Amino acid sequence: MKVTTLTINGELVSASPGATVLEAARENGIRIPTLCALEGLSTVGACRLCLVEVKGSPRLQPACVTAADEGMEVSTDTDRLRRYRSMILELLFAERNHVCPVCVANGHCELQDRARQAGMDHVRLPYQHPDLPVDITHARFGVDHNRCILCTRCIRVCDELEGAHTWDLAGRGTNARVITDLNQPWGDAVSCTSCGKCAEACPTGAIFKQGSTVGEMEHRSDRIRFISAARARKEWSP
Amino acid sequence: MSPQKKHFRPRIATVWLAGCSGCHMSFLDLDEWLFDLAEIADVVFSPIADVKEYPENVDAVLVEGAVANEDNLELIRKVRARTKILVAFGDCAVTGNVTALRNPLGGPEVFLERAYVQEADTQPGIPRDHSVVPELLPRVLPLHQVVKVDAYLRGCPPSPAAIRDLLLSALGGEKEKE
Repeated sequence: MKVTTLTINGELVSASPGATVLEAARENGIRIPTLCALEGLSTVGACRLCLVEVKGSPRLQPACVTAADEGMEVSTDTDRLRRYRSMILELLFAERNHVCPVCVANGHCELQDRARQAGMDHVRLPYQHPDLPVDITHARFGVDHNRCILCTRCIRVCDELEGAHTWDLAGRGTNARVITDLNQPWGDAVSCTSCGKCAEACPTGAIFKQGSTVGEMEHRSDRIRFISAARARKEWSP
Repeated sequence: MSPQKKHFRPRIATVWLAGCSGCHMSFLDLDEWLFDLAEIADVVFSPIADVKEYPENVDAVLVEGAVANEDNLELIRKVRARTKILVAFGDCAVTGNVTALRNPLGGPEVFLERAYVQEADTQPGIPRDHSVVPELLPRVLPLHQVVKVDAYLRGCPPSPAAIRDLLLSALGGEKEKE
């Protein structure tokens, strides 16, 4: 098995064949911030937080969907990248109503974690404050569109691991929403198996277990990784 | 303090705009450290001190709450003009937070109607005397969208330790300039 050799932040590293830049970085203990990426699911490059600089390319590349090539020279932590990442996070906070102190995921939120790690202390853009619905028609779960960052983890986990494809995306731009079945209330979505994988995969307080109040929704995204790995290796005991 | 006094004593203030006062409660949770603070600085204006007018020449101010009404707007502009270091104190000041939860619902008339007419048990009617109830702004704004903010202290509320550390660094910086 031939490994790929590339340079990340001036250090020569090797990556498994077929690895992405993100995987190559993680294999070598180099941290690249991500939001939409979740181990065990396909990658879509939706959040742009993992953007890196690749020598010879004028454009920034999302590490999660860029193949690690032989001889590639990658930078993951430059001033320019930090500036872009801060702006991406501020855009996410400004776009919908992420009111952390009253959110079910407060303290257990990947968006909050990324903002803290990036040193974000305020949002320079005006908050949009859109009027968005909360759907609690499902017996066990709810979806709060105020907290959704459109990472599509719920869509991917439902399609790729559960095989139900209850979730999908409708609308464009600021009108984009995650929907259940044909944009029906979740409680009426007959394809939903109520497995709860979407609630475990969600990085924010958008999908939650009913009955959770402020700070009580702890997502177990590691379970997604576990199920995916167990299936791949045909290991069914924990 | 007398103007003849040789040693520099920083003048600090705290201001309460549209917030729940929780940030001030956290400030009071500094307990006995407040005596130490009084040793090194003068608190010249605060909702917990009986001072009516925000004074001139304030070195540092902690501003709790968002800008939600005309009174908040008038006060924050005065505070900015009379203060060297303005700190957005807590999440309502930094982001709008819970105070700004009304923004997605539309303009003030929508919930004034709800609060004072639809839900009123007796004498329904929206109070229009703005000398009694200040006029609400169309949208609740975080401080930095109204005035220049020099430092941000996050948290709902910020921890007492975070407040103490920020005050000490703000006062330390001012002291060095003297």
